[in-house]
Amino acid sequence: MPGSGYKGAQIDDVDHFLKGGGIDTEREQDIGQHIGYRYDVNLLPDYDRLTPFLKDYLEFMGWDDLNWLEDVHMGYDDGQAAVFDRNINGWVAIPEEMELPDNQQDRDMIAREMLIKFQMSPDHPLVDLYKAYRKF
Amino acid sequence: MAGMSESTSTQMGMHTEPLTGRDIKTKFTLENEGGFAYHFARDVDFNRRAEIDCAELEPTEINRQIRELMDSGHGSIVIRNPGAKHSLVVGILNRMNIIVEGSLGYFGCGLLDGPTVRIAGRVGWSFGENMMAGVCVVEENAGSTFGAALRGGDLVCKGSVGSRTGIDQKGGTIIVGGDTGAFSGFMMQRGRIVVCGNAGKNLGDSMYDGTIYVGGDIRDLGVDAVQAELTDVDRAWLTRKLNMYELLPAQGVDHFTKIVAGKQLWSYDNLEPTEKKLVL
Repeated sequence: MPGSGYKGAQIDDVDHFLKGGGIDTEREQDIGQHIGYRYDVNLLPDYDRLTPFLKDYLEFMGWDDLNWLEDVHMGYDDGQAAVFDRNINGWVAIPEEMELPDNQQDRDMIAREMLIKFQMSPDHPLVDLYKAYRKF
Repeated sequence: MAGMSESTSTQMGMHTEPLTGRDIKTKFTLENEGGFAYHFARDVDFNRRAEIDCAELEPTEINRQIRELMDSGHGSIVIRNPGAKHSLVVGILNRMNIIVEGSLGYFGCGLLDGPTVRIAGRVGWSFGENMMAGVCVVEENAGSTFGAALRGGDLVCKGSVGSRTGIDQKGGTIIVGGDTGAFSGFMMQRGRIVVCGNAGKNLGDSMYDGTIYVGGDIRDLGVDAVQAELTDVDRAWLTRKLNMYELLPAQGVDHFTKIVAGKQLWSYDNLEPTEKKLVL
């Protein structure tokens, strides 16, 4: 299980999108940009790989499983590992010095943990947006 | 637009822009580290419980009272006599326990991000619309567009639901204990729909991505929805998820059919006319 399925084909190299950017098909080469997600959005989480931080988070929230985090994966943007933050509609890059695990499941768990830490930070852009646009 | 020069179109307010490079990019640093809740979330205690009797209240007043109880630290709220009123329990960006002792009308539990909500009765159209995170469990039936544009979390209806369930779904999990109507999973982009009963016509029509599992009969599939192999990972996930909500069938999950996007529509504009006919 080094990588995951993508565009109907098995990706054997977990670093596929770090190396190539995901412009694979003839159509993508024609238009010069990728089509669709650069990771397998349908990859179901392996609960044996939960990190201690994630276990604490689930207990805090009162949930029995990863809930919304089941849809969070480590993606790849401009040749760099990143996680997509839906609250800012943008990618949050994983520090380059961080050593990535050799499989997508463990990478996804790291992405989930980092995204929570980022979203719950007082420096997150949503804090300012909330002040500016909250209705109640 | 024939004959229109670029300057004319610019004067009219139109302009061209590159399709790439529009993402916001932020670099994660350890200084970003926070706690487990949004910085602006209320600090609530699940053991502090309160009740709201809705019999004589308007929806706006009910939602205001929920927020005031959250402000005062209440983490468990019981909604009595909801009377199928519309737009109740919406816009809560907090961990919470909410119990609704009755039925909700249209657009109940929309725009939630975090709470766990249990509804003892039925719900109307567009329940759980745009939910970001959390859990909503409906004990009886639900109307159409259940979980429209769902972004995350678990949305569960133990009864049957109307048509267009999970329309434009962008994440999360929708679970239906009974049957679902026509056009379920219409234009879904990601996430999972689990139907323990039967599915109506045009299931997964124009779905871009995501997965639909059906335990009963499928009347027919929509455009670009195709059957895929149910894997051991699927079985394990289905078993765990359905067990969580006491919906696991006695015979297990081996009989479920898995539906995914055929992805022919991903590059629709590049298809030859005959290929387009094939897809549609």
